[in-house]
Order: sequence, then structure tokens, then C-alpha cells
Amino acid sequence: MNVQAWTFVIVGLSFALYIGVAIWSRASSTKDFYVAGVGVSPVANGLATAADWMSAASFISMAGLISFLGYDGSVYLMGWTGGYVLLALLLAPYLRKFGKYTVPDFVGDRYYSQVARIVAVVCAIFVSFTYVAGQMRGVGIVFSRFLEVDIAYGVLIGMGLVFFYAVLGGMKGITYTQVAQYCVLIFAYLVPAIFISLLVSGSALPQLGFGAAELGSGEYLLDRLDGLHAELGFAPYTDGSKGTFDLIAITAALMVGTAGLPHVIIRFFTVPRVRDARTSVGWALLFIAILYTTAPAVAVFARTNLLATVSGQPRADVPAWFETWEETGLISYEDRNGDGLIQYVGADSPLENELTIDRDIMVLANPEIAGLPAWVIGLVAAGGLAAALSTAAGLLLVVSSAVSHDLLKRAFRPDITERGELVAARLSAAVAVIVAGYLGIDPPGFVAEVVAFAFGLAASSFFPVLILGIFWKRMNREGAIAGMVTGIVFTAAYIVYFKFVDPAANVPDRWLFGVSPEGIGTVGMALNFAVGGLVSLLTPPPPEAIQRLVDDIRVPKGAGPAHEIRA
Amino acid sequence: MAQEESDSGGAREYWRANVRLLLRLLCVWFLVSYGFGILLVDVLNRVRIPGTGFPLGFWFAQQGSIYVFVVLIFVYVWRMNRLDAEFGVAED
Repeated sequence: MNVQAWTFVIVGLSFALYIGVAIWSRASSTKDFYVAGVGVSPVANGLATAADWMSAASFISMAGLISFLGYDGSVYLMGWTGGYVLLALLLAPYLRKFGKYTVPDFVGDRYYSQVARIVAVVCAIFVSFTYVAGQMRGVGIVFSRFLEVDIAYGVLIGMGLVFFYAVLGGMKGITYTQVAQYCVLIFAYLVPAIFISLLVSGSALPQLGFGAAELGSGEYLLDRLDGLHAELGFAPYTDGSKGTFDLIAITAALMVGTAGLPHVIIRFFTVPRVRDARTSVGWALLFIAILYTTAPAVAVFARTNLLATVSGQPRADVPAWFETWEETGLISYEDRNGDGLIQYVGADSPLENELTIDRDIMVLANPEIAGLPAWVIGLVAAGGLAAALSTAAGLLLVVSSAVSHDLLKRAFRPDITERGELVAARLSAAVAVIVAGYLGIDPPGFVAEVVAFAFGLAASSFFPVLILGIFWKRMNREGAIAGMVTGIVFTAAYIVYFKFVDPAANVPDRWLFGVSPEGIGTVGMALNFAVGGLVSLLTPPPPEAIQRLVDDIRVPKGAGPAHEIRA
Repeated sequence: MAQEESDSGGAREYWRANVRLLLRLLCVWFLVSYGFGILLVDVLNRVRIPGTGFPLGFWFAQQGSIYVFVVLIFVYVWRMNRLDAEFGVAED
């Protein structure tokens, strides 16, 4: 069978699996719909969180990003995993003890204010939609490249599938399909990585393989790569070129943003007990770490392979994958000096570079570059789809619960019945799927840019008010609202200015304290903390009942089998 | 009344112990990522992990910090469960 046939079979089987799981785990109450009936085991929740969290960006783009950035790419590895330590130690157990359904629930109740609740809802919807559009786009790209259907049809198929299990199953359906999706995506990621590691270094563990000596030459792979980089005029792979403070700011923004993302936080509301919430963050990070420690190895293998296969070679001799990707426009080659060779060189080389490669294709093209069998390539397509769909579903649930629960039930129509709320939840999930699909098919030019900034926005809006709400009893309503508004307005303004208003000014010299727009969430967060704390101290302390609520969430005892909604 | 006071005293002690544990673990978290992975990376890169091609700082930034994060969370779980039992605030 050829690649396309294998892809059809493997993707088809994986979709059938998700649909089967979704039918088996339908939601029958709002509790099922929002928090999966609070009956998810810590390991299952860890698996679901890992799939929820690892998006098309982790699966498709990250290794490619690292491959092109070298050491500087470490910010993504540390940033996107270190956030789980913050989540485990500072947020998950306490929010689980609080025992409600959404992040705006906590903000609204802890800060005894509908205004705070609505500000939180707006932040949650904004963060989630920017993120989900990128996922739908990822689905479209995988479909169009591997199944040769139009991107729009690809997005429609993805929408249909997510619609089916998110609208029917709510959190319960999503949780168990995410468990299945994790298995598909990790298998799809590891198989080619192990294959290539064996080919290149003889080690079955990619984590060790990229530090090992190359088979044949006996030279350490990283030395070989640094050597190739020096020869071709690229910056050294194992050394950085970003400023230290910028590295710290970006890492911190990603860490704190991870801990503040509503679709990740709500996953820890679904386990039965506080201690399960703690354990399940550990499982989640373990499952994530399997992919995240493999990614830098894939990056090194891919980079070395790429340089060895194309650089300085005659165009006519390059393998067929080169042409396939050229057709999609993701590789472009222009023979500027007319010698028929591919000069792929860096800024420090005397030669002129003739090749541009979209870094997103590295993971998808890697099996082809390494000459792996066709079924492996089909598997990678199924894995990319699993990563994108699982994240999209988790995000859509946040949007739907923000509308039906936080806005309707808790703010505007408190007398709505359980049935009515469930209908509203399904309807808003349906509308959210359609909006997300539209954004995927017809992205406003800036979507891809904005996805990375969802983290900065989450870091600067939610994280400080959640932390202060738990660790500082004196934190009050006025402080929370002022802090959230300052944080998100500052961060959004900085990003919009440098990315859209005046992109020409987006250079290190013009940045505030040398911090790039990717890292500015850290500064926004610090502002949120400072403004929130100061305003709190200048205004009256929170009421007695709220201080008791804080005492209560600090101890695990008495969490019970979670709260029912009472009208 | 006396019961209530000892309860809240116990809760305060429990919370202090919890915060102390958090701060210790967060120091490790900071050290392996921002410390070894970023601030001290050039110094550590002068050393190689024996038998491999990994410069030490680079390895911490792309591998080591992640392993430590996973271990940190499980240490936290284990210590908190013990703390919960000690102060009688565990569930069930």
C-alpha cells in the first residue's frame, strides 16, 4: 500500500475508535457535562490532561522549532513542562477542594463579585478561542497534505467529529476520547523517533540517542551538528543567541501561562478527591514528559539529516519528499547562482542562502526524510490529528461552560433548571465548534501569531488572582478586578503594538527591558500581582465568610464527592 | 471553644508546614530550570556528561530539568499525603 492508503486506513481506524468511546461515555447531567461526574481516576485524568494539553503545536511544530532554534528552543521545553510544577503545588489541590466547575466560578465566588466573574469569563473565552483556531488549522493542514483534500473539507471533517463527541458527551465524552487520543499520539510520535534513533545512533531510546556517537563516523552527534552549523554559517546548535533576560521571561510566561490555562485547570476538577488532584498532575506531567524529552532528540536527528541530505547537493539528486513539500509551498528553493546545487547556509556564510523551509514540516517530513516505511507516515498523520482534536475539544468545553454555567446560570439566569442548563451547554458547545471551524477555514491573518500569545494572556490575567486568592486572605474584590484588567490590557497592548500596529519596531532594541512579545506575559503578570496587592491594601478586606472559604480550601478534609449544582 | 482553638491552631500549623514544603520544592524547581538551564548554562557547558556528547548545561535545559520536574511532583504528593495524615486532615 502507498502512503495515502495507509493514512486513510490508520486515520479512519482512529476516528472510529474516538466515536466508539464517545458513544460509550455520553453525559446525562450537567455534572457529567462539566466535570465528568467527578469520577475520573487520577491516571486516566493524567492521560486525558496530557492529550488535552499537547496540541498541534506540541506534536507538529515543537520539534521543528527546536530544530531551527537549537539551545534557544529550550524555553519551550522547560516552559511547557515547568508550569505543571506550579499547577501541582500552587493551584490544583486547592481548586479541586473548592469543588466548582469552572475557573470563573472560583474567581466569582472567591472575590464575591459578578464583575470579577464576568471579567474572568471574557478572559477565558478570549484565551480559548485564540488557541482553538490554531488547532482547527492544524487539522486542515494534516488533511490537505496527507489525504489530499482541501483544507476547508479537512476542517469540516474535524469539526464534525469534535461536534459529535463534545456536544454529546461533554467533559465525560471528551475525557475518555482524550485518553484514546493520547495513546494514538504518543505511539505515533515515538515510533518514528525510535526508528530514526536506531538508524542514526544505534540507541533505542531517542533521549540517549541524541547524546550518543553517530554510527559509522563515531563522532558525537551534537559535535557533528555543531560542526555542520559552523561550516554552513549557522549559529552553533548547543549555544544560544537570545538574551538571558528574554530567555527567562519567555520561559516564565510559558510556565505561568500553562498553569493559568482554563482548559488545563478544569481537568483537575474531574477527579474524586484532593489527593487525586495532586497525583494526577504528576501523571499528566509524566505522560507529557515522554513526548517532551523525545522532541529535542527528534530535533537533532531531523536537523542533521536535513543538512546532510540537501545542503550542497545537486537539486536533481534530492529525494522525492523534497518535491512533495515544495508543491505545498512549505519548502521553497531558488537557484540564485544557477549552479544547480542547493546552497542552504546561515547568516555567517559567504554564500547566499537559496532554500527556505517552513519549520512546521520537520516532524511531518522527518519519517520521509529518513526513508521510513509508508505506514509510519500514515501513523504520524493520525497522531497530529489526535493532538489537534483533543486540544480543540477541551477548549470548546471551556467556552461552552463559560457561557452556559458562568454567564447564564451564575450571572444572568440563576433560576434555570438542570435540564435547561444542559441544553444551553450543548447549544453553546455547538456554536463554539462552528465559530472555531470558521476561524480554522478562514483564519484572520493573525491567528497563527496569536496562538502563542494565549499563554501570555493567561499568565497575565488568571494566574495572579488564583494564587493570591488561595495564598493571601487579605486579597479582595477590588484588587482582583484591577489586577486582571491591568495584566491583560498591558499584555494584549504590547503584543498588538509589536505584532500588528508597528511590526517594523519588533526588534530587541525597542523592547521594554529587552523582553520580546512572547515573554511579555511575565511582565504583565508581575504588574497584575503588584496592582492587585496594592489596590487590595487600600480597600476594605474581604468579608468574614470569604476568609472562611479560603481556610476551607486550604485543607483537603471535607471535599466530599464533589458538589451538585443546586438551583 | 478549646476544641475550636486547637483545631484552628492545627490548621495554621498544617498550612505553615505546607508552605515550607512548597518553598523548598520551588527552590529546586528554580535551580534546575532558570539556574542550570539558563543562568549558569555557559559555566555548566564546559563540562560534558561522561560517555555522551551532552554539554551539561544544554542537557539540563533540554532533558534534565524535565526529569526533575516529574520527580518533584511525586515527592510533593508523597510528602503531602504524610502531612495530611499527621494533621488528621486527610480525606476518608
